[in-house]
Amino acid sequence: MVKRIIAKQEVCMGCGLCEVYCTVQHSKSKDIIKAYNMERPKPISRVRVERNKPVSFAIQCRHCEDAPCVTACLSGAMRKDQKTGLVTHDAKKCIGCWTCIMVCPYGAIIMDKEGHVVAKCDLCQGFDEPACVANCPNEALVFKEVKP
Amino acid sequence: MAKYVIVGASAAGLGAVEAIRDIDPVGTIIVITDETCSHYSRPMISDLVSGQADLKKVDCRTEDFWRENNVEAIVGKKVTALNLDEKAVQLESGENIPYEKLLIATGGKPFVPKMDGSDKDGVFTFTTLKDAQLLAAKIDSINAKSAVVIGAGLIGVSVADALVKRGLKVTMVELQDKILSLLLDPRGSDIVETVIRKAGVNIITGQSVQRIIGKSGNDGAVGGVILTKGDQVPCDLVVVAIGVVPRSELVAGTAVKTNRGIVVDNMMQTSVPDVYASGDVAEAYDFVLNQNRLLPLWPLAVLEGQVAGCNMAGKKTTYPGGTNMSSLKYFGIPVVSVGLSNPKEDPTLEVLVKFEPEHNLYKKLVLKNNVIVGITLINSIERAGILYYLMKNAINVKKFKQQLLADDFSWAAFPVALQRKMSVVQ
Repeated sequence: MVKRIIAKQEVCMGCGLCEVYCTVQHSKSKDIIKAYNMERPKPISRVRVERNKPVSFAIQCRHCEDAPCVTACLSGAMRKDQKTGLVTHDAKKCIGCWTCIMVCPYGAIIMDKEGHVVAKCDLCQGFDEPACVANCPNEALVFKEVKP
Repeated sequence: MAKYVIVGASAAGLGAVEAIRDIDPVGTIIVITDETCSHYSRPMISDLVSGQADLKKVDCRTEDFWRENNVEAIVGKKVTALNLDEKAVQLESGENIPYEKLLIATGGKPFVPKMDGSDKDGVFTFTTLKDAQLLAAKIDSINAKSAVVIGAGLIGVSVADALVKRGLKVTMVELQDKILSLLLDPRGSDIVETVIRKAGVNIITGQSVQRIIGKSGNDGAVGGVILTKGDQVPCDLVVVAIGVVPRSELVAGTAVKTNRGIVVDNMMQTSVPDVYASGDVAEAYDFVLNQNRLLPLWPLAVLEGQVAGCNMAGKKTTYPGGTNMSSLKYFGIPVVSVGLSNPKEDPTLEVLVKFEPEHNLYKKLVLKNNVIVGITLINSIERAGILYYLMKNAINVKKFKQQLLADDFSWAAFPVALQRKMSVVQ
Protein backbone atom coordinates (compact mmCIF):
# COMPACT_ATOMS: atom_id res chain seq x y z
CA MET A 1 0.00 0.00 0.00
CA VAL A 2 1.23 3.45 -0.85
CA LYS A 3 -0.08 6.83 0.23
CA ARG A 4 -1.64 9.07 -2.37
CA ILE A 5 -3.58 12.33 -2.46
CA ILE A 6 -7.25 11.92 -3.31
CA ALA A 7 -9.54 14.84 -4.13
CA LYS A 8 -13.09 14.97 -2.80
CA GLN A 9 -14.82 16.89 -5.48
CA GLU A 10 -18.10 17.39 -3.61
CA VAL A 11 -16.45 19.37 -0.79
CA CYS A 12 -13.97 21.40 -2.88
CA MET A 13 -15.04 25.01 -3.33
CA GLY A 14 -12.12 25.82 -5.60
CA CYS A 15 -10.54 28.38 -3.23
CA GLY A 16 -7.00 27.68 -4.46
CA LEU A 17 -5.38 27.66 -1.02
CA CYS A 18 -3.73 24.33 -1.91
CA GLU A 19 -1.89 26.14 -4.70
CA VAL A 20 -0.77 28.89 -2.32
CA TYR A 21 0.61 26.46 0.27
CA CYS A 22 2.24 24.28 -2.39
CA THR A 23 3.96 27.33 -3.85
CA VAL A 24 5.30 28.38 -0.45
CA GLN A 25 6.36 24.84 0.43
CA HIS A 26 8.38 24.66 -2.80
CA SER A 27 9.91 28.12 -2.45
CA LYS A 28 13.45 28.73 -1.26
CA SER A 29 12.41 31.06 1.55
CA LYS A 30 9.26 29.18 2.70
CA ASP A 31 7.95 32.71 3.36
CA ILE A 32 4.64 33.54 1.73
CA ILE A 33 5.48 37.17 0.90
CA LYS A 34 8.98 36.44 -0.36
CA ALA A 35 7.77 33.42 -2.30
CA TYR A 36 5.08 35.37 -4.10
CA ASN A 37 6.70 38.76 -4.51
CA MET A 38 10.45 38.40 -4.62
CA GLU A 39 11.90 35.00 -5.45
CA ARG A 40 13.28 34.38 -8.92
CA PRO A 41 12.74 32.06 -10.65
CA LYS A 42 9.22 32.29 -9.27
CA PRO A 43 8.32 29.26 -7.17
CA ILE A 44 5.34 27.52 -8.68
CA SER A 45 2.55 25.38 -7.41
CA ARG A 46 2.64 21.72 -8.33
CA VAL A 47 -1.03 21.30 -7.61
CA ARG A 48 -3.67 22.90 -9.75
CA VAL A 49 -7.32 23.51 -9.02
CA GLU A 50 -9.29 22.49 -12.05
CA ARG A 51 -12.60 24.29 -12.36
CA ASN A 52 -15.64 23.65 -14.48
CA LYS A 53 -18.19 25.23 -12.20
CA PRO A 54 -19.94 23.95 -10.19
CA VAL A 55 -17.26 21.23 -10.35
CA SER A 56 -13.80 21.89 -8.97
CA PHE A 57 -11.02 19.74 -7.57
CA ALA A 58 -7.29 19.88 -7.08
CA ILE A 59 -5.08 17.63 -9.16
CA GLN A 60 -1.43 16.78 -8.89
CA CYS A 61 0.90 14.02 -10.07
CA ARG A 62 -0.76 10.63 -9.44
CA HIS A 63 2.63 8.86 -9.31
CA CYS A 64 1.32 6.37 -11.87
CA GLU A 65 2.34 2.75 -11.54
CA ASP A 66 3.23 2.63 -15.21
CA ALA A 67 4.14 6.27 -15.65
CA PRO A 68 4.15 7.49 -19.27
CA CYS A 69 6.25 10.53 -18.33
CA VAL A 70 9.08 8.27 -17.16
CA THR A 71 9.11 6.27 -20.39
CA ALA A 72 8.92 9.40 -22.53
CA CYS A 73 11.44 11.56 -20.62
CA LEU A 74 14.31 12.47 -22.93
CA SER A 75 16.79 13.38 -20.24
CA GLY A 76 16.31 10.84 -17.45
CA ALA A 77 15.03 13.57 -15.11
CA MET A 78 11.76 11.73 -14.55
CA ARG A 79 12.21 8.43 -12.75
CA LYS A 80 10.17 5.82 -10.96
CA ASP A 81 11.53 5.04 -7.52
CA GLN A 82 11.06 1.30 -7.24
CA LYS A 83 11.17 1.35 -3.42
CA THR A 84 8.71 4.15 -2.69
CA GLY A 85 6.66 3.97 -5.86
CA LEU A 86 7.09 7.73 -6.30
CA VAL A 87 7.68 9.33 -9.65
CA THR A 88 10.56 11.68 -8.94
CA HIS A 89 11.70 14.64 -10.99
CA ASP A 90 15.27 15.95 -10.93
CA ALA A 91 15.11 19.57 -12.06
CA LYS A 92 18.88 19.62 -12.55
CA LYS A 93 18.62 16.93 -15.21
CA CYS A 94 15.50 18.39 -16.83
CA ILE A 95 15.94 20.19 -20.15
CA GLY A 96 12.40 21.51 -20.44
CA CYS A 97 11.63 19.59 -23.64
CA TRP A 98 7.97 19.27 -22.56
CA THR A 99 7.76 15.63 -23.68
CA CYS A 100 6.34 14.59 -20.29
CA ILE A 101 3.64 17.25 -20.62
CA MET A 102 2.67 15.75 -23.97
CA VAL A 103 2.00 12.34 -22.40
CA CYS A 104 0.75 13.04 -18.85
CA PRO A 105 -2.91 11.93 -18.89
CA TYR A 106 -3.77 14.20 -15.97
CA GLY A 107 -2.15 17.41 -17.15
CA ALA A 108 -0.39 17.30 -13.79
CA ILE A 109 3.03 18.43 -14.96
CA ILE A 110 3.54 22.16 -14.78
CA MET A 111 5.74 24.29 -17.04
CA ASP A 112 8.23 26.37 -15.12
CA LYS A 113 8.69 28.90 -17.89
CA GLU A 114 11.25 30.99 -16.02
CA GLY A 115 13.29 27.98 -15.00
CA HIS A 116 12.92 26.26 -18.42
CA VAL A 117 12.07 23.00 -16.66
CA VAL A 118 8.93 21.24 -15.52
CA ALA A 119 7.70 20.86 -11.96
CA LYS A 120 5.39 18.35 -10.37
CA CYS A 121 4.14 17.05 -7.04
CA ASP A 122 6.71 15.31 -4.86
CA LEU A 123 4.19 14.53 -2.10
CA CYS A 124 6.21 16.89 0.14
CA GLN A 125 8.88 14.36 1.05
CA GLY A 126 10.04 14.66 4.65
CA PHE A 127 6.73 15.98 5.96
CA ASP A 128 3.88 14.03 7.56
CA GLU A 129 1.42 15.33 5.06
CA PRO A 130 1.66 17.21 1.78
CA ALA A 131 1.13 20.96 2.26
CA CYS A 132 -1.97 21.00 0.05
CA VAL A 133 -3.64 18.35 2.20
CA ALA A 134 -2.57 19.86 5.51
CA ASN A 135 -3.92 23.29 4.59
CA CYS A 136 -7.12 22.47 2.73
CA PRO A 137 -9.80 24.39 4.68
CA ASN A 138 -12.57 21.92 3.90
CA GLU A 139 -10.71 18.59 3.87
CA ALA A 140 -11.28 18.25 0.15
CA LEU A 141 -7.86 16.68 -0.15
CA VAL A 142 -6.99 13.56 1.79
CA PHE A 143 -3.71 11.68 2.03
CA LYS A 144 -4.42 8.00 2.37
CA GLU A 145 -3.25 4.55 1.53
CA VAL A 146 -4.44 3.18 -1.76
CA LYS A 147 -3.70 0.08 -3.75
CA PRO A 148 -0.98 0.88 -6.27
CA MET B 1 25.56 -18.41 -23.42
CA ALA B 2 24.04 -15.00 -22.94
CA LYS B 3 20.35 -15.18 -22.41
CA TYR B 4 19.84 -11.75 -23.95
CA VAL B 5 21.95 -9.93 -26.52
CA ILE B 6 21.04 -6.37 -27.40
CA VAL B 7 22.71 -4.59 -30.30
CA GLY B 8 22.51 -0.87 -29.71
CA ALA B 9 22.53 1.12 -26.47
CA SER B 10 20.28 4.04 -27.20
CA ALA B 11 16.58 4.46 -26.40
CA ALA B 12 15.30 1.04 -27.45
CA GLY B 13 18.27 -0.83 -25.96
CA LEU B 14 17.91 1.00 -22.64
CA GLY B 15 14.15 0.39 -22.53
CA ALA B 16 14.75 -3.29 -23.16
CA VAL B 17 17.37 -3.62 -20.42
CA GLU B 18 15.06 -2.00 -17.87
CA ALA B 19 12.09 -4.14 -18.88
CA ILE B 20 14.10 -7.37 -18.81
CA ARG B 21 15.51 -6.60 -15.38
CA ASP B 22 12.04 -5.94 -13.99
CA ILE B 23 11.17 -9.52 -14.90
CA ASP B 24 14.44 -11.42 -14.88
CA PRO B 25 17.01 -10.12 -12.40
CA VAL B 26 19.66 -12.70 -13.22
CA GLY B 27 19.65 -13.74 -16.91
CA THR B 28 22.84 -12.60 -18.61
CA ILE B 29 22.38 -9.44 -20.65
CA ILE B 30 25.04 -8.39 -23.14
CA VAL B 31 24.66 -4.98 -24.75
CA ILE B 32 26.88 -4.18 -27.72
CA THR B 33 27.32 -0.65 -29.02
CA ASP B 34 29.78 0.78 -31.50
CA GLU B 35 29.59 4.13 -29.76
CA THR B 36 32.11 4.91 -27.07
CA CYS B 37 29.66 6.76 -24.89
CA SER B 38 26.53 4.84 -24.05
CA HIS B 39 23.23 5.59 -22.31
CA TYR B 40 23.18 9.21 -23.41
CA SER B 41 20.16 10.97 -24.80
CA ARG B 42 20.32 11.61 -28.53
CA PRO B 43 17.62 14.29 -28.47
CA MET B 44 19.88 16.20 -26.08
CA ILE B 45 22.87 16.55 -28.37
CA SER B 46 21.66 19.99 -29.42
CA ASP B 47 21.79 20.99 -25.75
CA LEU B 48 25.38 19.82 -25.70
CA VAL B 49 26.25 22.05 -28.65
CA SER B 50 24.39 25.04 -27.23
CA GLY B 51 26.15 24.59 -23.89
CA GLN B 52 22.91 24.00 -21.98
CA ALA B 53 24.02 20.48 -21.09
CA ASP B 54 27.40 18.93 -20.41
CA LEU B 55 28.44 15.31 -20.86
CA LYS B 56 27.17 14.43 -17.42
CA LYS B 57 23.77 15.90 -18.13
CA VAL B 58 23.30 14.15 -21.48
CA ASP B 59 23.67 10.84 -19.64
CA CYS B 60 19.98 9.95 -19.40
CA ARG B 61 20.46 7.10 -16.97
CA THR B 62 22.55 6.72 -13.83
CA GLU B 63 26.32 6.80 -14.14
CA ASP B 64 26.53 3.13 -13.16
CA PHE B 65 23.56 2.05 -15.24
CA TRP B 66 25.25 -1.06 -16.67
CA ARG B 67 26.51 -2.24 -13.31
CA GLU B 68 23.26 -1.48 -11.50
CA ASN B 69 21.38 -3.53 -14.08
CA ASN B 70 23.98 -6.27 -14.14
CA VAL B 71 24.68 -5.76 -17.83
CA GLU B 72 27.83 -6.79 -19.62
CA ALA B 73 28.36 -3.81 -21.92
CA ILE B 74 30.61 -4.19 -24.93
CA VAL B 75 31.28 -0.58 -25.79
CA GLY B 76 32.98 0.80 -28.88
CA LYS B 77 32.68 -2.42 -30.83
CA LYS B 78 30.69 -3.13 -33.91
CA VAL B 79 28.54 -6.13 -34.68
CA THR B 80 29.38 -7.07 -38.26
CA ALA B 81 27.23 -10.11 -38.90
CA LEU B 82 24.32 -12.13 -37.63
CA ASN B 83 24.37 -15.86 -37.68
CA LEU B 84 20.74 -16.63 -37.14
CA ASP B 85 21.07 -20.38 -37.69
CA GLU B 86 23.58 -20.71 -34.91
CA LYS B 87 21.94 -17.93 -32.88
CA ALA B 88 25.02 -15.78 -32.57
CA VAL B 89 26.21 -12.30 -33.45
CA GLN B 90 29.68 -11.69 -34.75
CA LEU B 91 31.90 -8.79 -33.73
CA GLU B 92 34.40 -7.02 -35.95
CA SER B 93 37.14 -8.98 -34.23
CA GLY B 94 35.56 -12.21 -35.43
CA GLU B 95 34.37 -13.12 -31.97
CA ASN B 96 31.00 -14.87 -31.86
CA ILE B 97 28.50 -14.02 -29.16
CA PRO B 98 25.70 -16.56 -28.86
CA TYR B 99 22.24 -15.53 -27.70
CA GLU B 100 18.95 -17.03 -26.67
CA LYS B 101 17.01 -13.85 -27.44
CA LEU B 102 18.33 -11.08 -29.64
CA LEU B 103 17.22 -7.46 -29.91
CA ILE B 104 18.29 -5.37 -32.87
CA ALA B 105 18.20 -1.78 -31.68
CA THR B 106 20.72 -0.27 -34.04
CA GLY B 107 18.70 2.90 -34.58
CA GLY B 108 18.93 5.20 -37.55
CA LYS B 109 21.67 6.83 -39.51
CA PRO B 110 21.54 10.29 -41.01
CA PHE B 111 20.26 10.57 -44.52
CA VAL B 112 22.76 12.55 -46.60
CA PRO B 113 21.67 13.32 -50.15
CA LYS B 114 24.22 13.20 -52.93
CA MET B 115 25.74 16.62 -53.43
CA ASP B 116 29.11 17.78 -54.60
CA GLY B 117 31.38 18.93 -51.83
CA SER B 118 29.79 16.90 -49.04
CA ASP B 119 33.26 15.54 -48.26
CA LYS B 120 34.64 18.97 -47.40
CA ASP B 121 35.98 19.78 -43.97
CA GLY B 122 33.16 21.44 -42.06
CA VAL B 123 30.23 19.27 -43.17
CA PHE B 124 28.49 17.52 -40.31
CA THR B 125 25.58 15.22 -39.67
CA PHE B 126 23.65 15.44 -36.42
CA THR B 127 22.57 12.13 -34.95
CA THR B 128 25.07 10.94 -32.40
CA LEU B 129 26.95 12.41 -29.48
CA LYS B 130 30.12 12.16 -31.53
CA ASP B 131 28.53 14.24 -34.30
CA ALA B 132 27.69 16.93 -31.74
CA GLN B 133 31.14 16.85 -30.17
CA LEU B 134 32.83 17.15 -33.55
CA LEU B 135 30.56 20.05 -34.50
CA ALA B 136 31.14 21.86 -31.21
CA ALA B 137 34.89 21.37 -31.47
CA LYS B 138 34.90 22.69 -35.02
CA ILE B 139 32.97 25.81 -34.06
CA ASP B 140 35.69 26.54 -31.52
CA SER B 141 38.69 25.56 -33.60
CA ILE B 142 37.84 27.68 -36.65
CA ASN B 143 35.90 30.27 -34.68
CA ALA B 144 32.94 29.65 -36.97
CA LYS B 145 30.68 32.60 -37.60
CA SER B 146 28.03 31.13 -39.85
CA ALA B 147 26.35 27.87 -40.72
CA VAL B 148 23.91 26.43 -43.20
CA VAL B 149 21.53 23.83 -41.80
CA ILE B 150 20.05 21.56 -44.47
CA GLY B 151 16.59 20.47 -43.39
CA ALA B 152 14.05 22.34 -41.27
CA GLY B 153 12.40 19.45 -39.51
CA LEU B 154 12.75 18.58 -35.85
CA ILE B 155 16.51 17.93 -36.00
CA GLY B 156 17.24 20.93 -38.21
CA VAL B 157 15.37 23.28 -35.91
CA SER B 158 17.16 21.83 -32.87
CA VAL B 159 20.57 22.37 -34.48
CA ALA B 160 19.65 25.88 -35.60
CA ASP B 161 18.58 26.76 -32.04
CA ALA B 162 21.90 25.47 -30.66
CA LEU B 163 23.99 27.30 -33.28
CA VAL B 164 22.15 30.59 -32.67
CA LYS B 165 22.86 30.17 -28.95
CA ARG B 166 26.52 29.75 -29.88
CA GLY B 167 26.38 33.08 -31.71
CA LEU B 168 26.44 31.80 -35.27
CA LYS B 169 24.55 33.34 -38.13
CA VAL B 170 22.34 30.49 -39.32
CA THR B 171 20.61 29.83 -42.63
CA MET B 172 18.14 26.95 -42.83
CA VAL B 173 17.45 25.42 -46.22
CA GLU B 174 14.31 23.32 -46.55
CA LEU B 175 13.16 21.50 -49.66
CA GLN B 176 9.49 21.61 -48.64
CA ASP B 177 7.53 24.84 -48.90
CA LYS B 178 7.16 25.03 -45.13
CA ILE B 179 9.37 24.28 -42.16
CA LEU B 180 8.39 21.45 -39.78
CA SER B 181 6.03 20.19 -42.46
CA LEU B 182 5.71 16.74 -40.90
CA LEU B 183 4.48 18.27 -37.64
CA LEU B 184 2.54 21.40 -38.51
CA ASP B 185 0.00 22.70 -40.99
CA PRO B 186 0.94 25.83 -42.99
CA ARG B 187 -0.50 28.20 -40.38
CA GLY B 188 1.34 26.53 -37.52
CA SER B 189 4.50 26.42 -39.56
CA ASP B 190 4.23 30.14 -40.31
CA ILE B 191 3.88 31.01 -36.62
CA VAL B 192 7.01 29.07 -35.69
CA GLU B 193 8.89 30.32 -38.75
CA THR B 194 8.22 33.93 -37.77
CA VAL B 195 9.58 33.27 -34.28
CA ILE B 196 12.70 31.59 -35.68
CA ARG B 197 13.28 34.43 -38.12
CA LYS B 198 13.02 36.93 -35.27
CA ALA B 199 15.89 35.07 -33.61
CA GLY B 200 18.00 36.03 -36.63
CA VAL B 201 17.79 32.82 -38.63
CA ASN B 202 17.55 33.10 -42.39
CA ILE B 203 15.03 30.54 -43.69
CA ILE B 204 14.96 29.46 -47.31
CA THR B 205 12.17 27.06 -48.30
CA GLY B 206 11.36 25.26 -51.53
CA GLN B 207 15.03 24.75 -52.29
CA SER B 208 17.82 22.38 -51.45
CA VAL B 209 21.56 22.57 -51.52
CA GLN B 210 22.94 21.65 -54.90
CA ARG B 211 26.57 21.66 -53.88
CA ILE B 212 28.94 22.72 -51.16
CA ILE B 213 31.79 24.96 -52.23
CA GLY B 214 35.20 25.53 -50.69
CA LYS B 215 36.69 28.60 -49.08
CA SER B 216 38.77 30.84 -51.30
CA GLY B 217 42.36 29.82 -50.71
CA ASN B 218 41.33 26.60 -48.99
CA ASP B 219 39.08 24.56 -51.22
CA GLY B 220 39.06 21.63 -48.82
CA ALA B 221 37.18 23.63 -46.20
CA VAL B 222 33.53 24.65 -46.38
CA GLY B 223 33.08 28.16 -47.73
CA GLY B 224 29.44 28.17 -48.74
CA VAL B 225 26.62 26.40 -50.51
CA ILE B 226 24.99 26.81 -53.91
CA LEU B 227 21.22 26.36 -53.81
CA THR B 228 19.14 24.64 -56.48
CA LYS B 229 18.04 27.97 -57.97
CA GLY B 230 21.66 29.05 -58.16
CA ASP B 231 21.87 31.41 -55.18
CA GLN B 232 25.02 31.24 -53.10
CA VAL B 233 25.07 31.32 -49.30
CA PRO B 234 28.51 31.75 -47.75
CA CYS B 235 29.11 29.82 -44.52
CA ASP B 236 31.82 28.23 -42.40
CA LEU B 237 29.88 25.06 -41.60
CA VAL B 238 27.18 22.87 -43.08
CA VAL B 239 24.98 20.62 -40.95
CA VAL B 240 22.95 18.00 -42.78
CA ALA B 241 19.79 17.45 -40.73
CA ILE B 242 17.30 15.97 -43.13
CA GLY B 243 16.37 12.91 -41.14
CA VAL B 244 17.38 9.37 -40.41
CA VAL B 245 17.01 6.10 -42.25
CA PRO B 246 17.02 2.70 -40.52
CA ARG B 247 20.41 1.24 -39.80
CA SER B 248 19.37 -2.21 -40.91
CA GLU B 249 22.46 -3.39 -42.82
CA LEU B 250 22.99 -6.08 -40.22
CA VAL B 251 19.94 -8.03 -41.32
CA ALA B 252 20.53 -7.60 -45.07
CA GLY B 253 20.66 -11.01 -46.69
CA THR B 254 19.28 -12.76 -43.60
CA ALA B 255 15.84 -14.24 -43.07
CA VAL B 256 14.81 -11.14 -41.10
CA LYS B 257 12.14 -9.48 -43.20
CA THR B 258 12.51 -5.80 -43.98
CA ASN B 259 10.39 -3.22 -45.66
CA ARG B 260 11.71 0.33 -45.22
CA GLY B 261 12.79 -0.79 -41.77
CA ILE B 262 12.75 -4.14 -40.01
CA VAL B 263 9.26 -5.63 -40.02
CA VAL B 264 7.99 -6.55 -36.56
CA ASP B 265 4.77 -7.94 -35.11
CA ASN B 266 2.88 -6.41 -32.19
CA MET B 267 5.30 -8.06 -29.76
CA MET B 268 8.24 -6.44 -31.56
CA GLN B 269 9.40 -9.81 -32.85
CA THR B 270 10.83 -9.98 -36.36
CA SER B 271 10.02 -12.66 -38.92
CA VAL B 272 12.69 -14.81 -37.26
CA PRO B 273 11.80 -16.39 -33.89
CA ASP B 274 13.72 -15.04 -30.88
CA VAL B 275 14.94 -12.06 -32.89
CA TYR B 276 13.33 -8.75 -31.95
CA ALA B 277 13.74 -5.23 -33.28
CA SER B 278 12.83 -1.88 -31.75
CA GLY B 279 13.43 1.81 -32.20
CA ASP B 280 14.38 3.73 -35.32
CA VAL B 281 15.42 0.57 -37.15
CA ALA B 282 11.98 -1.04 -36.85
CA GLU B 283 8.57 -0.37 -38.35
CA ALA B 284 6.27 -0.26 -35.37
CA TYR B 285 2.52 0.24 -35.19
CA ASP B 286 1.00 3.68 -35.68
CA PHE B 287 -2.43 3.70 -34.03
CA VAL B 288 -3.63 6.74 -35.99
CA LEU B 289 -2.75 5.45 -39.43
CA ASN B 290 -3.49 1.86 -38.38
CA GLN B 291 -0.34 0.54 -39.99
CA ASN B 292 3.26 -0.18 -39.16
CA ARG B 293 5.77 2.43 -40.21
CA LEU B 294 9.02 4.15 -39.36
CA LEU B 295 8.63 6.62 -36.50
CA PRO B 296 12.12 7.56 -35.34
CA LEU B 297 11.19 9.17 -32.03
CA TRP B 298 12.88 8.70 -28.64
CA PRO B 299 9.82 8.04 -26.43
CA LEU B 300 8.45 5.47 -28.88
CA ALA B 301 11.83 3.77 -29.15
CA VAL B 302 11.99 3.39 -25.36
CA LEU B 303 8.47 1.97 -25.28
CA GLU B 304 9.16 -0.42 -28.15
CA GLY B 305 12.33 -1.54 -26.40
CA GLN B 306 10.37 -2.13 -23.20
CA VAL B 307 7.83 -4.26 -25.06
CA ALA B 308 10.58 -6.27 -26.76
CA GLY B 309 12.34 -6.69 -23.41
CA CYS B 310 9.18 -7.99 -21.71
CA ASN B 311 8.58 -10.52 -24.46
CA MET B 312 12.22 -11.60 -24.52
CA ALA B 313 12.01 -12.23 -20.79
CA GLY B 314 8.86 -14.28 -21.24
CA LYS B 315 6.17 -11.80 -20.20
CA LYS B 316 3.82 -11.59 -23.14
CA THR B 317 3.29 -7.91 -23.89
CA THR B 318 1.69 -6.14 -26.82
CA TYR B 319 2.94 -2.83 -28.18
CA PRO B 320 0.10 -0.33 -27.70
CA GLY B 321 1.20 1.68 -30.71
CA GLY B 322 2.52 5.16 -31.11
CA THR B 323 2.09 7.87 -33.66
CA ASN B 324 3.95 10.86 -35.02
CA MET B 325 4.31 12.84 -31.80
CA SER B 326 6.77 15.51 -30.80
CA SER B 327 7.13 18.36 -28.39
CA LEU B 328 9.50 21.20 -29.21
CA LYS B 329 11.10 23.74 -26.92
CA TYR B 330 13.28 25.49 -29.48
CA PHE B 331 13.43 29.26 -29.93
CA GLY B 332 11.30 29.67 -26.83
CA ILE B 333 8.02 28.69 -28.46
CA PRO B 334 6.54 25.48 -27.06
CA VAL B 335 4.95 23.21 -29.66
CA VAL B 336 3.20 19.87 -29.37
CA SER B 337 2.10 17.89 -32.40
CA VAL B 338 0.45 14.46 -32.21
CA GLY B 339 -1.10 12.44 -35.01
CA LEU B 340 -2.74 14.22 -37.92
CA SER B 341 -1.68 17.84 -38.16
CA ASN B 342 -2.39 18.66 -41.77
CA PRO B 343 -4.87 16.13 -43.17
CA LYS B 344 -6.16 16.31 -46.71
CA GLU B 345 -9.74 17.50 -47.23
CA ASP B 346 -11.90 14.74 -45.84
CA PRO B 347 -15.62 15.09 -45.07
CA THR B 348 -15.34 12.53 -42.26
CA LEU B 349 -12.89 14.71 -40.35
CA GLU B 350 -13.90 17.58 -38.11
CA VAL B 351 -11.39 20.30 -37.30
CA LEU B 352 -11.56 22.51 -34.21
CA VAL B 353 -9.36 25.60 -34.21
CA LYS B 354 -8.36 28.38 -31.84
CA PHE B 355 -6.04 30.99 -33.30
CA GLU B 356 -4.79 34.11 -31.53
CA PRO B 357 -2.06 35.53 -33.76
CA GLU B 358 -1.26 38.33 -31.30
CA HIS B 359 -0.18 35.67 -28.78
CA ASN B 360 1.39 33.27 -31.28
CA LEU B 361 -1.24 30.89 -29.98
CA TYR B 362 -2.64 28.19 -32.19
CA LYS B 363 -4.58 25.10 -31.26
CA LYS B 364 -6.03 22.64 -33.66
CA LEU B 365 -7.73 19.34 -33.05
CA VAL B 366 -8.67 16.88 -35.75
CA LEU B 367 -11.59 14.61 -34.88
CA LYS B 368 -13.02 11.58 -36.60
CA ASN B 369 -16.36 10.22 -35.37
CA ASN B 370 -15.92 12.35 -32.22
CA VAL B 371 -12.54 10.81 -31.43
CA ILE B 372 -9.40 12.96 -31.48
CA VAL B 373 -6.96 11.88 -34.19
CA GLY B 374 -4.75 14.96 -34.33
CA ILE B 375 -3.45 17.52 -31.83
CA THR B 376 -1.52 20.68 -32.64
CA LEU B 377 -0.72 23.09 -29.84
CA ILE B 378 1.50 26.14 -30.15
CA ASN B 379 2.29 28.35 -27.18
CA SER B 380 -0.34 26.72 -24.97
CA ILE B 381 0.67 23.14 -24.41
CA GLU B 382 0.09 22.38 -20.73
CA ARG B 383 -3.09 20.40 -21.37
CA ALA B 384 -1.57 18.37 -24.21
CA GLY B 385 -1.37 15.15 -22.21
CA ILE B 386 -5.07 15.18 -21.33
CA LEU B 387 -5.94 15.51 -25.00
CA TYR B 388 -3.47 12.77 -25.83
CA TYR B 389 -5.10 10.53 -23.24
CA LEU B 390 -8.48 11.03 -24.94
CA MET B 391 -6.88 10.36 -28.31
CA LYS B 392 -4.92 7.27 -27.29
CA ASN B 393 -7.91 5.70 -25.61
CA ALA B 394 -10.28 6.65 -28.46
CA ILE B 395 -12.68 8.29 -25.99
CA ASN B 396 -15.78 9.84 -27.51
CA VAL B 397 -15.58 13.57 -26.78
CA LYS B 398 -18.97 14.57 -28.12
CA LYS B 399 -20.32 15.65 -24.72
CA PHE B 400 -17.48 18.05 -23.97
CA LYS B 401 -16.23 18.93 -27.42
CA GLN B 402 -16.76 22.64 -26.94
CA GLN B 403 -14.35 22.69 -24.00
CA LEU B 404 -11.44 20.85 -25.59
CA LEU B 405 -9.68 23.98 -26.81
CA ALA B 406 -10.08 26.00 -23.61
CA ASP B 407 -6.74 26.95 -22.08
CA ASP B 408 -7.97 25.56 -18.76
CA PHE B 409 -9.39 22.37 -20.26
CA SER B 410 -9.06 19.64 -17.68
CA TRP B 411 -10.50 16.52 -16.14
CA ALA B 412 -13.12 18.77 -14.56
CA ALA B 413 -14.77 18.90 -17.99
CA PHE B 414 -14.99 15.10 -18.16
CA PRO B 415 -18.12 13.12 -17.30
CA VAL B 416 -17.96 11.99 -13.64
CA ALA B 417 -17.80 8.32 -14.59
CA LEU B 418 -14.58 8.95 -16.46
CA GLN B 419 -13.12 11.01 -13.60
CA ARG B 420 -13.84 8.15 -11.19
CA LYS B 421 -12.34 5.58 -13.52
CA MET B 422 -8.98 7.26 -13.25
CA SER B 423 -9.52 7.89 -9.50
CA VAL B 424 -8.86 11.57 -9.88
CA VAL B 425 -11.74 12.22 -7.55
CA GLN B 426 -13.53 10.16 -4.97
